[in-house]
Amino acid sequence: MEKTMKKNPLYFCLFLLPTLLAFMIGFVIPFGMGIYLSLCDFNTVNDAKFVGVENYMQIFQGDDTFVHSFWFTALFAVISTVAINVIAFMVAVLLTKNFGGTNLFRTVFFMPNLLGGVLLGTIWKVLLNGVLVMFKETLTTKGVYGFIGLLILIIWQQVGYMMIIYVAGLQGVSDDLKEAARIDGANNRQILFKITIPLVMPSISMCTFLSITNGFKLFDQNLTLTGGEPMHNTEMLALNIYNSFYDRIGWKGVGQAKAVIFFLLVGLIAIVQLKLTQSKEAD
Amino acid sequence: MKKRLALILASAMLVSSAVCSLTSCNGGGAGGSSAKGHVYYLNFKPEQDKAWQDLAAEYTEETGVTVDVETAADGKYEETLSAAMARSDAPTLFQVNGPVGLANWKDYCYDLSDAAVTKELTNDAYALKADGKTYGVGYVTETYGIIVNKKLLSDAGHSLDEIKDFDSLKAVAEDITANSAKLGFSAFTNASLKSGDDWRMQTHLANLPIYYEYKADGISSTDAIKGTYLDNYRAIFDLYLNNSTCDPKIVTSKTVDDARAEFISGQAVFYQNGSWEYARVSEALGDDNLAMIPIYIGVEGEENQGLCTGTENYWTVNCNAAEEDIQATLDFLEWVVTSDKGTDALANKMNFVSPFKKAKEATNLFEKMSIDYTSSGKTAVSWNFATMPSEAWKTELGSALAVYAANPTDDTWAGVKEAFVDNWAAEVAKSKK
Repeated sequence: MEKTMKKNPLYFCLFLLPTLLAFMIGFVIPFGMGIYLSLCDFNTVNDAKFVGVENYMQIFQGDDTFVHSFWFTALFAVISTVAINVIAFMVAVLLTKNFGGTNLFRTVFFMPNLLGGVLLGTIWKVLLNGVLVMFKETLTTKGVYGFIGLLILIIWQQVGYMMIIYVAGLQGVSDDLKEAARIDGANNRQILFKITIPLVMPSISMCTFLSITNGFKLFDQNLTLTGGEPMHNTEMLALNIYNSFYDRIGWKGVGQAKAVIFFLLVGLIAIVQLKLTQSKEAD
Repeated sequence: MKKRLALILASAMLVSSAVCSLTSCNGGGAGGSSAKGHVYYLNFKPEQDKAWQDLAAEYTEETGVTVDVETAADGKYEETLSAAMARSDAPTLFQVNGPVGLANWKDYCYDLSDAAVTKELTNDAYALKADGKTYGVGYVTETYGIIVNKKLLSDAGHSLDEIKDFDSLKAVAEDITANSAKLGFSAFTNASLKSGDDWRMQTHLANLPIYYEYKADGISSTDAIKGTYLDNYRAIFDLYLNNSTCDPKIVTSKTVDDARAEFISGQAVFYQNGSWEYARVSEALGDDNLAMIPIYIGVEGEENQGLCTGTENYWTVNCNAAEEDIQATLDFLEWVVTSDKGTDALANKMNFVSPFKKAKEATNLFEKMSIDYTSSGKTAVSWNFATMPSEAWKTELGSALAVYAANPTDDTWAGVKEAFVDNWAAEVAKSKK
């Protein structure tokens, strides 16, 4: 059968064409259009006029918010990635020990992930403002409140998801290895760093990949929690792009150019991160 | 061989069905393009969605022409319009908010100079023009000012007759604040400075210094605002902040819904907002307890100032639509503004005051008050929002006001001034059209 599949282009078409078509329609074509539009002045996608790299120039000349957003987002992505993964790993280690109710706890930790970003942003806004109001402050009076608020939110939301991946990884680590190490005189710390972590490295690279790209792409939570206030201080890249798209007449092309740069940045960072963690994976 | 043929046919069917669903070649939505044409209205106002749907159904019943009404989500009109106009079955009828909006969409706007609906306008000022041609028709005029709970005002020992200008407004408000513990209510609702909810301050209130500056300079728009009346803007904003239900430091967490709730539940006497709030506040408080007064900011001669009345809702017809669809849309508009059913729906179901010759009298108390002010010789304040250079300008001003509210000093006010004056010119320069 496999042989016929490979030899017969008809079967190839029949099985792969629908998916390929969906991929073209849903991804490749819009992506190509997006790149073309970033070089155009347009209002709707049908009336694009080619203007060359003008939009790209505008990002750095006419608008100082993009660079700020980049650094803000980068800082956020790094801190949130570290925090999410450390906490998720610790929780996962705890919840793979033998005690009652681990399934219940796993469910509880995973639950926030089932809620949508807009909803989370709104809920956390009410909660955090409720605390800050006692100090006569709100989430948007200082940029740092918004930053910490976003961190709390994203950690709370993502820890459960990463935890499930780590739990799966940890359960794959054979007890024989740990037992052998213990007989050889390794303490718990050594077992964790020399046996367990190297063996769950594939999970770690998966999770760091997910959380760093999530950090960069964060939009709904940012929009509803702070809306970029005060004065664009907590405006992350995705929100910045969205705002430039609709805030000014004739700036849709600039927003599109920002989106292309955004894609390249996230792609580059994700590739570097994958290469780094994958090189540490045990064979 | 037979098998192969079947496979080819199967994959051909798959491809064609995929392509078909993409371009919707099975008729292009409800109604299609019959000989009579078809109207597709992208409505701006969510609160009138039901009324438009009903009116569209009545028109279809009467004439057989299909009218589709789609309403954009609150505050998402530009987004919805950009997406809808790119479709092959684009809206035939949409709206722009004034000169700045028209500049953006001009390539899509049909010349309405000779249209019947334009000729029905009572005042040429409601025709949106560019290069001597009419592209938009204002279909509703709205009014804003300070909505007053008259019952609370008299409970506090004051009456509307006392308030003639900024100083008297300030005196009344500060007196209420001084006694607010005893009275159990405050002068103003919170100023709702949460981003996205700050339009009452960064657009509507900001209109007043702009109006007076334009008036003093004898212009109707500018590329560089001077901010002549910014001190007055600060004075009224301070009055709102310092005499309100809420500590100014936390007003950045408040929404317009919060402010309305405070007003309806009798926690505040004054609430700056417009005639679109009529249905909600009159239901709770009753017409007899309500009034609307002008927003006084302390400019000389303001005793003769009326309410702020204008429009940022202009109908425009899509010039790229099929010939028969354009004609159907023009016929529909004419029917809406001249027929009994149409004018009745505009006035009584949508509570609109429409600037058309056959328009029915409005039921909206605040609109009636606006007419009363004008007929007693006061001058209505025009809406100049449409001359604000961009959405970004408004957002920036709102952010600066939020910073000022949290820490009201001359330094933070300098930030407001920068957002108002310097950023105006900067945004004009950045806008490409």
